[in-house]
Amino acid sequence: MSRQLLLEHINTPGIRGIKAFREKGGYSALEKALKTMKPDEVTEEVKKSGLRGRGGAGFPTGMKWSFLAKPDGVPRYLVCNADESEPGTFKDRYLMSHIPHSLVEGMIVSSYALGANTAYIYIRGEMLYVYHILEEAIAEAYEAGFLGKNILGTGYSLDLYVHPGGGAYICGEETALLESLEGKRGNPRIKPPFPAVKGLWQSPTVVNNVETIAAVPHIINMSGDEYAKIGIGKSTGTKLISACGHINKPGVYEIELGVPVEEFIYSDKYCGGIRNGKKLKAVVAGGSSVPILPGEMILKTPTGEPRLMSYESLSEGGFAGGTMLGSGGFIVMDEDTSIVKNLWNFTRFYHHESCGQCSPCREGTGWMEKILHKFMDGHATLKDIDLLWDIQSKIEGKTICPLGDAAAWPVASAIRHFRSEFEDYVRNPEKIKDIKHYYRLNNLQPVS
Amino acid sequence: MYKDKSEVVFSDDASALIQKIIRRYPDGRQKSALLPLLHIAQAEFGGWLSAPVMDKVAEILNIQSIEVYEVASFYSMFNLKPVGRCVIEVCRTGPCWLLGAEDIVKYLEKKLNIKEGQTTADGVFTLKTVECLASCGTAPMMQIGQTYHEHLTCEKVDEVIDHYKNNTEGTISHWSKDKIKA
Ligand SMILES: Cc1cc2nc3c(=O)[nH]c(=O)nc-3n(C[C@H](O)[C@H](O)[C@H](O)COP(=O)(O)O)c2cc1C
Ligand code: SF4
Ligand code: FES
Repeated sequence: MSRQLLLEHINTPGIRGIKAFREKGGYSALEKALKTMKPDEVTEEVKKSGLRGRGGAGFPTGMKWSFLAKPDGVPRYLVCNADESEPGTFKDRYLMSHIPHSLVEGMIVSSYALGANTAYIYIRGEMLYVYHILEEAIAEAYEAGFLGKNILGTGYSLDLYVHPGGGAYICGEETALLESLEGKRGNPRIKPPFPAVKGLWQSPTVVNNVETIAAVPHIINMSGDEYAKIGIGKSTGTKLISACGHINKPGVYEIELGVPVEEFIYSDKYCGGIRNGKKLKAVVAGGSSVPILPGEMILKTPTGEPRLMSYESLSEGGFAGGTMLGSGGFIVMDEDTSIVKNLWNFTRFYHHESCGQCSPCREGTGWMEKILHKFMDGHATLKDIDLLWDIQSKIEGKTICPLGDAAAWPVASAIRHFRSEFEDYVRNPEKIKDIKHYYRLNNLQPVS
Repeated sequence: MYKDKSEVVFSDDASALIQKIIRRYPDGRQKSALLPLLHIAQAEFGGWLSAPVMDKVAEILNIQSIEVYEVASFYSMFNLKPVGRCVIEVCRTGPCWLLGAEDIVKYLEKKLNIKEGQTTADGVFTLKTVECLASCGTAPMMQIGQTYHEHLTCEKVDEVIDHYKNNTEGTISHWSKDKIKA
């Protein structure tokens, strides 16, 4: 169970450059697609592959592509979402900085399928060094005749550009991203119309995550049917998981979907177990936005089966008993972690990142942050737990974009699974002064 | 610094780069170049965006100044007040926190004798906290200019501070100066 596609050549010296990339078979999918396939045939292979969006929502990519409106005389765009800012997620940066051509090739093949002649990679501003790496890769691709006019004599033309953001989590939401790319504040748009009909500059647009697009050349090379054989059930293919927190071996791992969660956490092939011989307390399995689950619930489904790293298995048990694969940001917490304090940090994050358009999100995240702060200060009452619950339930599903849900779910799940810890802080406020201690680095000198 | 936008002059290299970037967007959509231009402006003019600098950017893109202000104030990377030559951006989000980011911030505050958000009296360092920089596997971490400093400990923070204390290159910006020349 360790099929490597995206990261197979990550350790090849010089793989950042086009020469080493081509020696390892890079750009063969581009030649195959442009010279031997019609655009719709490329889309058909992606449909067959069962590939699902790797940015968080897991929407089937081939289906998304087939929704793209194709009115005559109107340009179509492909935009790559390289805004990667979901706390716990660091796979796209890893892939782009080490093998930038895998994204460039994917952008060309995907643009060809969609009939786009201009495409953009929207990268987070904080990653400007990766912006420059991508610019270099794009320049090499132009030089090799893979970009520009009449690519490889096929008559197909494409210009590809990188565009830096300015620092705003919300710009990862696809319509906020398009606003931002138009030079505006990153305020999500009301949908419909969806980007497939009215996207960038009101033209039909597909927005896909870096990892989604980088998977496309592999699908073309091996065929959609072969790709669909990797993984388990409707979770086809491989997925990059960025693992962090209290584990022995944090890092980015390419897994074949369907690896047991227990193996992923404890095997030396992956996370290598919990640091310092501690016990597992909880996991946030798919980036900060997904529900937190206690250790025993992440390892086993509600029916007692071993839980697998797949879209379906992680969400088994629904909202009360499951979570989501999300972006693949896998955050592991050991027995010393304060769930309440961690939740305060996440809630502070969502409050900070709310764009402010919808009252439930703008106000609700702020109220939740304040109430959680009361817990930290030792002033909270038991009623505050119910109040938190009430507020989160009034945000979820009532906002323009899913950031509202993303702020509500961590609160709901923390209360659902760790209510006694909230109560403990109310009843024993003296414990709070010890919380800080959980976050102390082993090797850090005391700070007065 | 500048009285008005007429005093704001981009270097030749920056002007050429700006024109190249504007051409990446369709005719009439030049406003799309706003974010990259603000990064370049921040690198050119001391690490922050004053009103005259933003007015100049508006003029280049043929848009209203307010369209620049509202964007610059929305995004966290743009400094609307003067900053030190070296802006330290420590990640404060969950995963980094789990591994000691809070202590790194405290250590820096003590070492530099400033609070988060402030600049040292000699104008060398500004201390900022920022949200997850997609480097959670190497937590705790901080960013200075283009560089990620990872797996931080107090000793490592000391080394980094020593390095930048003696920096004579001028402002360390996100969009590095050699990338404006290229
Ligand atoms: C608040 C918020 C932040 C998001 N951040 C990202 C992100 O950083 N990267 C990403 O690819 N998708 C992100 N998404 C999901 C995108 O809206 C979109 O679904 C995705 O880019 C589609 O690509 P995919 O189908 O290939 O996954 C975010 C969504 C929300 C609501
Ligand atoms: S849910 Fe929050 S982030 Fe999304 S549009 Fe509404 S206010 Fe903005
Ligand atoms: S939480 Fe600090 S880099 Fe992700």
